[in-house]
Amino acid sequence: MVRFILTKLVMAAMVALTVSIISFGLVYMAGDPAIALAGETATDEEIAVIREQYGFDRPIPVQYLDWLGNAVRGDFGISYYYNMPVSDMIFSRLGTTVTLGLCAISFALLISLPMGVLSAIKPNSLLDRVAVFIAVVGEAIPSFWFGLLLIVLFSINLGWLPASGSDSWQSFIMPTIVLGYYATPALMRLTRAGMIDVLSSDYIRTAKAKGLRPRKVLFKHALRNAVIPVVSLAAVQMGFMLGGSIVTETVFALHGAGFLAWQSISRNDLSTMQALILIFSMFYIVFTFLADVLNAWLDPRLRSG
Amino acid sequence: MSLKRFLSAGAIALALPATASYADKANDTAEIVFMRDLDNPDLYYSTARSAVIAGFQAFDTLFYRDTETGEYVGNLATEWEWTDDVTLKVVLREGVTFHNGEAFNADDVVFTFEHFGGPDGVAKGRPGFNWIESVEKVDDYTVIFHAKAPFPAAMAYLAMSNYIYPNEYYAEVGSSKFAEKPVGTGPYMFDSIDPGKGYVLKANPNYFEGPKHKAQIGTINVRTIPDVNTQLAEMIGGNADFLWNIPEDQAQKLQSSGRAEIINAGAVRVGYITMDAAGRTDPEGPFTKKEVRQAVSYAIDRQAIKQALLSEANTVIDSACNPVQFGCETDVTKYEYNPEKAKELLAAAGYPDGFTTKFYAYRDRPITEAMLNMLAEVGIKTELTYMQYAATAEAHGKGEIPITFLTWGSGSITDVSAITSRFFKFESRDDARDEEVKQWLDEGDSSVDPEVRKAAYSKALKKIADEAYWLPLWTYSINYALSDELDFVPTEDEVVRFYDMSWK
Repeated sequence: MVRFILTKLVMAAMVALTVSIISFGLVYMAGDPAIALAGETATDEEIAVIREQYGFDRPIPVQYLDWLGNAVRGDFGISYYYNMPVSDMIFSRLGTTVTLGLCAISFALLISLPMGVLSAIKPNSLLDRVAVFIAVVGEAIPSFWFGLLLIVLFSINLGWLPASGSDSWQSFIMPTIVLGYYATPALMRLTRAGMIDVLSSDYIRTAKAKGLRPRKVLFKHALRNAVIPVVSLAAVQMGFMLGGSIVTETVFALHGAGFLAWQSISRNDLSTMQALILIFSMFYIVFTFLADVLNAWLDPRLRSG
Repeated sequence: MSLKRFLSAGAIALALPATASYADKANDTAEIVFMRDLDNPDLYYSTARSAVIAGFQAFDTLFYRDTETGEYVGNLATEWEWTDDVTLKVVLREGVTFHNGEAFNADDVVFTFEHFGGPDGVAKGRPGFNWIESVEKVDDYTVIFHAKAPFPAAMAYLAMSNYIYPNEYYAEVGSSKFAEKPVGTGPYMFDSIDPGKGYVLKANPNYFEGPKHKAQIGTINVRTIPDVNTQLAEMIGGNADFLWNIPEDQAQKLQSSGRAEIINAGAVRVGYITMDAAGRTDPEGPFTKKEVRQAVSYAIDRQAIKQALLSEANTVIDSACNPVQFGCETDVTKYEYNPEKAKELLAAAGYPDGFTTKFYAYRDRPITEAMLNMLAEVGIKTELTYMQYAATAEAHGKGEIPITFLTWGSGSITDVSAITSRFFKFESRDDARDEEVKQWLDEGDSSVDPEVRKAAYSKALKKIADEAYWLPLWTYSINYALSDELDFVPTEDEVVRFYDMSWK
């Protein structure tokens, strides 16, 4: 088990490094950061001054190693635009993103677990069809558009919820639904498949034959086993929620790290962008790692893989 | 129209039967929604438009450009005189105080220009400082500017973005603290700033009687909402009084909803196509031939594009400048849409079957594609490279672009030196490299006699049009959306003046 964890850790670190190298390169392909930073009306001379001032004139690998060296020590530098330490900016906004992520994954589980179980009890029934339909819609609908529909309904027509901002708990309701709905289909399908699988297994038949009450068979014997892969998928989805809330936060002007990512991307704010990419990928890597470990702990067959 | 725009427009259309409550007038608070936030409230560290807008409300410049007459009048200055071509003597307004109570005097002016613009100046955008050799204090209310060379556009810069900072307060708190609580002399005072989210301004009750008048609305709440559709939802829902830069199709929807008044006003920004006449991409490239550049100019139906894809306030232009800018000669060679003539010119240039070229662009994709189709009709086939502005500007500066569609906002400076002189004086983005044009522009840029300047710029702009170095396209415009309680008249310099806003 220790060896398994160490292997996974090394792989996780390699993934994080690769992501940061690729993103650093991509940022440079999107244009000279000095030109973006100097503003449209800057002269050649002014751009040259900024290029030198911020060290953009050095070879890209040198800049990257310099950045990496500082990042490893927790120093993400100063935002070129806000003139504030990047780590302060990110951590002041991370709370909003984490809150949203936790709300969204809870919402997703609240929807997907009961629906997955119900549709597994009676596969191919009307209820199952409805559940599948909801899942397909959730998978297909673009989140910015779903968010807009909710705004139209709840903010404009009904006037119940604020369309934008992050000042009250009401501001989190619509973003939670949008982000959570995105994670629902996968969780629901896995619950359904797991339940169908478990319900047809021998020990369930034995439990039923012993005359246990159906509810006890369902929840104590079946769900507990069927839910194991769902827990690890939920961990992975949580990584998605934290790193993938850029669109949702931008649509609702929710003042989290995803919104900051949009702001820094649209301004070529290299240092903030790099830090966020690293942090977002770390979220994903850490949660995927946790899911792997959890799965291996629950199922020894996976440890050798 | 992209899928996103299509779906979004549909969603907003569903919102029409809404009921809304407008409560802002009762609180005397105008809700302003911008797409981009104020990145650094220590404004000299920002080159963003949002900083210019904040600067106009909370700070003052020495001069002010009257937007109706175009004349420069005193603001923090009361009298001024060019004692020779390079010396500007300015008498300052007495009795003005900064928002923190600090008295305004010559030390503040000298500090501002030395700290941000001097040899070690820290300002990020410096065109407003580059012309200054030094600033000298004569007495508490008199300063003298020494220019490096005659610089006729000095007043334009001094009136636009050289906000006067309080020297004592800034020295005491430093840049980062100043960014938390900026202090100026302007009609509005910063009340609070939430970085990335927005800021709140309160009317300055002690504002002096100058060309910018006192604020008429007590509180201005500026919020950042990046998504245009969410902005529209806030306006329809009665939670916004003012939106800015709304795309034309969305503006029409909002107008038809009856929930907002849309004002479409002109802007300094112009669009243009520039071609590699100097042969930097290829010494034998097609655009080194005048006939080919003229063919491009005849091939594009700018009026049709304007009617189909732009709005009322956009004007088709023929000179390499905006007609509102000083020195912008409009009596130049015009290229009316004439595809047959374009084909003839191509044949005369040795391209009877046309040719294929790379075409770069960074904005207005539907317009770009319309132009490319028009070029294809006369035989100029294009491979579109669509990139971010910084990437396009970088490639252009390196001389790697044969033909590109760009726009230029001149930093809202209404003087030809802020546009034509920037692109035709052998800087990296000069595609023409025409010695004669450069000489005329130098003459216009360095004379303080308006007539001499006009004559010099006229010659340069006429030659640029004759040679078809650029195909000037149109001026841009901006859609402003106002709630039915707010009164506001936009200005053509794209600076939103909150102190001009009032309740109906």
